[in-house]
Amino acid sequence: MKKGSKRVIPGFGLSLGVTLSVLSIVVLIPLASLVVYTAKLSPAEFWETITRPRVLASFRVSLLTAFAASAINAVMGVILAWVLVRYRFPMKRMLNGMIELPFALPTAVAGIALTSLTADTGLVGKFFARFGIQIAYTRVGITVALVFVGIPFVVRTVQPILEKLDSTYEEAAGVLGASRIRIFWQVIFPEILPAALTGFGLAFGRCLGEYGSVVFIAGNQPYETEITPLIIMSKLQEYDYTSATSIALVMLVAAFLILFLTNLVQSRSSKILKGGQ
Amino acid sequence: MHEETVGSKIVKWVLIGVSVLFLVVMLLLPLATVISEALRDGWKTYQAAVTDKYTVKAVLLTLEATAIAVGVNTVFGVFAALAVTKYQFRGKKVLTTLIDVPVTISPIIAGLIFLLTFGRQSVIYPLLHDLGIHVVFAVPGIVLATIFVTFPFVSRELIPVLESQGTDEEEAAALMGANAWTIFRKVTFPHIKWALLYGVVLCAARAMGEFGAVSVLSGHLRGRTNTLPLHVEILFNEFQYVPAFAASSILVLMAIVILVIRSLIEHRGGKRDS
Repeated sequence: MKKGSKRVIPGFGLSLGVTLSVLSIVVLIPLASLVVYTAKLSPAEFWETITRPRVLASFRVSLLTAFAASAINAVMGVILAWVLVRYRFPMKRMLNGMIELPFALPTAVAGIALTSLTADTGLVGKFFARFGIQIAYTRVGITVALVFVGIPFVVRTVQPILEKLDSTYEEAAGVLGASRIRIFWQVIFPEILPAALTGFGLAFGRCLGEYGSVVFIAGNQPYETEITPLIIMSKLQEYDYTSATSIALVMLVAAFLILFLTNLVQSRSSKILKGGQ
Repeated sequence: MHEETVGSKIVKWVLIGVSVLFLVVMLLLPLATVISEALRDGWKTYQAAVTDKYTVKAVLLTLEATAIAVGVNTVFGVFAALAVTKYQFRGKKVLTTLIDVPVTISPIIAGLIFLLTFGRQSVIYPLLHDLGIHVVFAVPGIVLATIFVTFPFVSRELIPVLESQGTDEEEAAALMGANAWTIFRKVTFPHIKWALLYGVVLCAARAMGEFGAVSVLSGHLRGRTNTLPLHVEILFNEFQYVPAFAASSILVLMAIVILVIRSLIEHRGGKRDS
């Protein structure tokens, strides 16, 4: 690096060089091959593939279960974050450490464990079977697996916001005579909403693409409990790469759309974290 | 929040109760199920299942793929985080977005793009074939898929830390004549060591358990391209429940170890910061 240049710290070339080479091999070239392969698809063929009734049904199942699971996690995530930040109780540290379990536990293991728990012979399944509710091999089962996968997202986005939240507003509202419920809805809730939505978006994106934990519990009945990643997987096993790629493109567009919306919301949430307005 | 009324106490314990119940049912019960199912036919059967030839091979392959993925992603993560935070250049936003791409796409699609890149219909397949390199349905494919799905894990932990640290210290060191390696070792590294360790642990956790992407590329050859999670799938689908859960229990143990390390790091790192 020459003297007087803008970059004072040496090592720029090396850092960027290593970064770009690894990025090219691992991400860019494979993504490029997807683009190349897509370019070879004819629009008519693409449209025919993604509008097959069985594929459309899988989109519906995937969206529905991912949405339900993320909504459950949004509510539970806010409660968990609140409990972990605001209250003191025994075993709190352990509870906090457990939140990351879905990240650390392989999805296939979670899948078979949840399946055997919620099947009619399992501990939880037996209980619900008495009321005529079946969990494993239904959409409810898929949702349960996705709730498991999505637990950490909302908790971990809301937690830092609650920690940073300035308590003076709450105290002011309290002094002015607002009830606790009103303080929550009018003072705290608007502050944590962007973070909760960010967490919801991240969980939703993750759940849409989830495969490992779902295949075991889903039963994989066409039209009923068949998720989109599973359809792609079975097309790949039949060496039908054209159909697999077409369906994958739809999922990619959905994933990027969710990511884009999430980023929009997140920029507001990170403003709060940085203490600006 | 100083005085606790009866009402707020009730709310407190109800919320704690709901949280604990949720986590026990959703997280602890599945873990307990794995252990209890694995030990259902006694310790002897468990031991036999865990030391089964194919299970041991699957463990070794999983460890190999994890080690390579962690190595590559650590080297990449450090350089990428330095490039993005210590220097100014055009296209930085694009670069950080591209680094994050792998975790935003479904693992199945990750597998698919490697299949399209290295599989039979790819333009480079004849070349690879002549060179005798097999990627798809072979170990290199599994390793590549594992690297891909854990790609941003290290850099993502480092970037916020380096960003908040700024560049003043490095600039001062550079002006005093230190070279790049000295600056990294003496100035930058002490700031990032906990974040780096944390990133490595997260990366290892995810690498070890990757299922979807590896499943697409593996070809499921028992004893050859079967990682531990894939081995669990095969056993489970063959209704060999006890061996399936026994193999799973190895992964559960690894997950618990990782969580403990994680909370230890967070504890120490947190103390250092404050």
